[in-house]
Amino acid sequence: MNTAATPARAPARPGGAFAALVAVLADIARTPSGAAGLILLSLHLLVAISAPLWVPYDYREVNSLLILSAPGAEHWFGTDHLGRDTLTRTLLGGREALLVTGVATPVAVMWGGFTGIFFGLTGGRLDDLFMRFVDALLSLPWILKMLVLIVTFGTGLEVFIPTLAFFYGIPIIRVARAATHDVVARDFVQAARARGHGRMTIIGRELLPNVRDALLVEGAMRWSWMLLAFSSLSFLGFGVSPPTPDWGLMIANARGYMSFAPWGVLAPMIALSSLIIGINLTADALAKTLGVDRAQKAPV
Amino acid sequence: MLEPATRPRLEAGGHLLNIRGLSIGFTGRSGETLPILRHIDLAVGRGESIGIVGESGSGKSTLALAAMGYLKHGLNVIGGDVLFPDRDLFALSPGQLQDIRGRRLALIPQNSGQSLTPTLRVGAQLTETLKLHSNTAPERQAARVTELLAKVRLPDPHLIAGRYPHQLSGGQQQRVAIAMALAGEPEALLLDEPTTGLDVTTQAHILELLRDLAAQYGTSMIYVSHDLGAIARVCERVVVMYAGEIVLEGATRQVLSSPDHPYARGLLASLPRLTGSHLPAALDGIPPMPGGVGGGCAFAPRCALADSQCREQRPGLETTERGQRARCLRSARASEIPIAPAPGEAGRRPAIDDDRAALTLDAVSIRYARPTPLARLLRRAPAAATVSDISIAVIKGQTLGLVGESGSGKSTILKAIAGLLPVENGAISLPDNQTLAAEVERRNPSQLRAIQLIFQNPDESLNPRQTIAEIIAQPLRLYFDISGAELRRRSVEILDTVRLGAHYLERLPSQLSGGEKQRVAIARAFAAQPDIVLCDEVTSALDVSVQAAVLGLLDTLRRERGTTYLFVSHDLAVVRTLSHRVAVLYQGRLCEIGATARVYSLPSHPYTETLLSAVLEPDPDRAPRLAAHDAVESSPPAAGCPFQRRCARRLGAICDEQAPPWRDAGGGHRIRCHLPLDTLQSGPAPAV
Repeated sequence: MNTAATPARAPARPGGAFAALVAVLADIARTPSGAAGLILLSLHLLVAISAPLWVPYDYREVNSLLILSAPGAEHWFGTDHLGRDTLTRTLLGGREALLVTGVATPVAVMWGGFTGIFFGLTGGRLDDLFMRFVDALLSLPWILKMLVLIVTFGTGLEVFIPTLAFFYGIPIIRVARAATHDVVARDFVQAARARGHGRMTIIGRELLPNVRDALLVEGAMRWSWMLLAFSSLSFLGFGVSPPTPDWGLMIANARGYMSFAPWGVLAPMIALSSLIIGINLTADALAKTLGVDRAQKAPV
Repeated sequence: MLEPATRPRLEAGGHLLNIRGLSIGFTGRSGETLPILRHIDLAVGRGESIGIVGESGSGKSTLALAAMGYLKHGLNVIGGDVLFPDRDLFALSPGQLQDIRGRRLALIPQNSGQSLTPTLRVGAQLTETLKLHSNTAPERQAARVTELLAKVRLPDPHLIAGRYPHQLSGGQQQRVAIAMALAGEPEALLLDEPTTGLDVTTQAHILELLRDLAAQYGTSMIYVSHDLGAIARVCERVVVMYAGEIVLEGATRQVLSSPDHPYARGLLASLPRLTGSHLPAALDGIPPMPGGVGGGCAFAPRCALADSQCREQRPGLETTERGQRARCLRSARASEIPIAPAPGEAGRRPAIDDDRAALTLDAVSIRYARPTPLARLLRRAPAAATVSDISIAVIKGQTLGLVGESGSGKSTILKAIAGLLPVENGAISLPDNQTLAAEVERRNPSQLRAIQLIFQNPDESLNPRQTIAEIIAQPLRLYFDISGAELRRRSVEILDTVRLGAHYLERLPSQLSGGEKQRVAIARAFAAQPDIVLCDEVTSALDVSVQAAVLGLLDTLRRERGTTYLFVSHDLAVVRTLSHRVAVLYQGRLCEIGATARVYSLPSHPYTETLLSAVLEPDPDRAPRLAAHDAVESSPPAAGCPFQRRCARRLGAICDEQAPPWRDAGGGHRIRCHLPLDTLQSGPAPAV
């Protein structure tokens, strides 16, 4: 056979993963809301990465003469109670949150996704028992669970990332399990079982590719929830430690002066909500592009 | 009462529905218009029934819906109109259309189980239809509901009216849908594959009902189907569609006995028949995609008669010598294409000389519902097993056909053999006394490799996210531990055996046609170099012309490789073309087993008789002999013969109480019935 000499090619989708990503992004940008979300999100990421190189002031620079000064040509968003430039601090204030959630979200999707697929495939009594455990965890208010861990282990990236990843992985278990249930009953999984493939092969080759889209969309949603959670922790004083700028902390500090210096709250609020709106819009468009119905696939 | 064949032809102007030059299409990605229907001219007279036949993608369903003035989302009318009787349906307002639909034009959909509301009783749904589409006085409505249900021959209409749709069988649901369509006393009925998905016996009942309704009430019918057999029984005129065009039109009898279009002839030839044991001839190639038809005849690329003129000139619909209207430049030569397959090499199956079994089932029973702890505590008698006491030996290198209606346990048995369902009692074994473990996880690699499964629907059995290369690589990696260049070489080789080229490797299943997908599924099974292949209704999701090709492929592979098949199907004609031996199942119990030719002729089990007579053939005169009723049973009886409740030849109490004995009719042909062989030999009882 003449084809025998041709070298084996990796059986990749036409164009490879990068082209697929570009195609998905192009598809998201097709709708106005998707495009808006994508622009907001990329703007935030760009600022978070590059802001230290071009912010107008030093974020630590305290100036007692400029305490709570109103927005003007020098300080576009005014200054805070220590006379620090609000714009500078706002531009830098998302870095910590994005770093923590940016690492914690993929971790949450991975552990939640794998666990959900595993129990969805296994089924039976073990699955039942585990899901009751999941229900129990979900029934507790998230802030309580997180505060317990943070108070016990202290603040810092090494605590925030695992804590957020663990608790936000739990609702993902449910989504992954529900999506797996849809796939497990289909003949190609039965065919793989009948051939005698191991459970890990079935998860990796048959289930994961079909559950992936639901997980991606769910992950994007969880990302915005996690950002809110992290900002709330900072607001409560359990997040970033001063003087590192952070939106939640900035809002907490400036809220006392809200009546006469509203810019101190406004700037971080605009930043935080525009990021979350950006993520939500993108996630919605992503769901549509990938054909995942968020209302159905996300029971939590 | 008017006999369908002698009903008077209607002159022009007397048409109930007149479709004139209708073209329907959608807008493609780059803004071009892609036609689905092209210049359809079709007139339906009052009281006339017309069949529209075509394979999937031919535009037949679009045409049926367009006849109601309905377009699926994204479609638009490019040209032409639909007159009913003299008003253009596409020019009417939604309100005006609503007045016509239901009252004057009614649709009977394919899957009525899905079109009935699950939360409303059947009676309530019918009453609603009456309120909407008829002038029945409120106090008359209840009586009218019963009347309608009786009209579609549902037993105990009062009881049925009080039931929910899920409490009815598929055939009963379809009858309710027909009753609903009749509620407004429409002038025309549109039937979109109304019997597809039903069991053969149920299908035969529904078709006879439709035939009688048409004759009794003079309702016009437009019957859309892929099945020439169904059309034969109900319609007096047939329209054959191909690639969005009418390619042939004529009287049913004429078109079915000697069509003047090469495509129609090919379709007929590809139908498996009960009368012949040879494989049907396959129609090569695939139909063009919308917009894929060039300037010439749409069928030219697949036509044996096509010449250069056919490829350039688009033929018109011309009247032929035999009075049919054919869209073919070479219709005069159409009869050169055979409509019945010649018994070729593929059809000959050698006599049984080697009777070593490749697979043995010994008194196998399977039970789905395990008794609950409460039931055990109360010592309730357990429900009868889903599959009980199946003993079959599948001879090496041969095909054993497993026939039965839905719920007969055919697929259950296959799953148990594959290790996907636990066996309650009995043993499944390979040669050399290798008894297979019940769970697939406990079987050894050579046992796993030896048995491969091909599923009914390739859309379900191929992972949509894997390329063909990945799909075929799975068994190769698992059983032979190969990778790299060797893996690719073997994959290409295997694709070649199912007549697919190497360029398919990089594609995804969604980029393949139904027949190609099923070939990939077959390739995946054969990649394991199996001894036994379990085929679960492998052709029932395919078009007839594709089905013939797949059957041919399976038979070739068996002969070349000496593979053993266990071939499950509800279609007796398909089973006949492929099988050496046939086993007939009812409610998970064996009724009859023997060499194919013997099972298909007398003496036979009353159930086999019922099945055989219900099979549709493209012959208007072949009336089925129907059993007393078509109520499908949901569970096997606790004792006695499994067929006791439907049998037309019941003896009496003995059938309910004692399990029937096996009667040996010679040559390995065995029938399980209380009736003695000579009574069974005398043929069927008179129709009830």
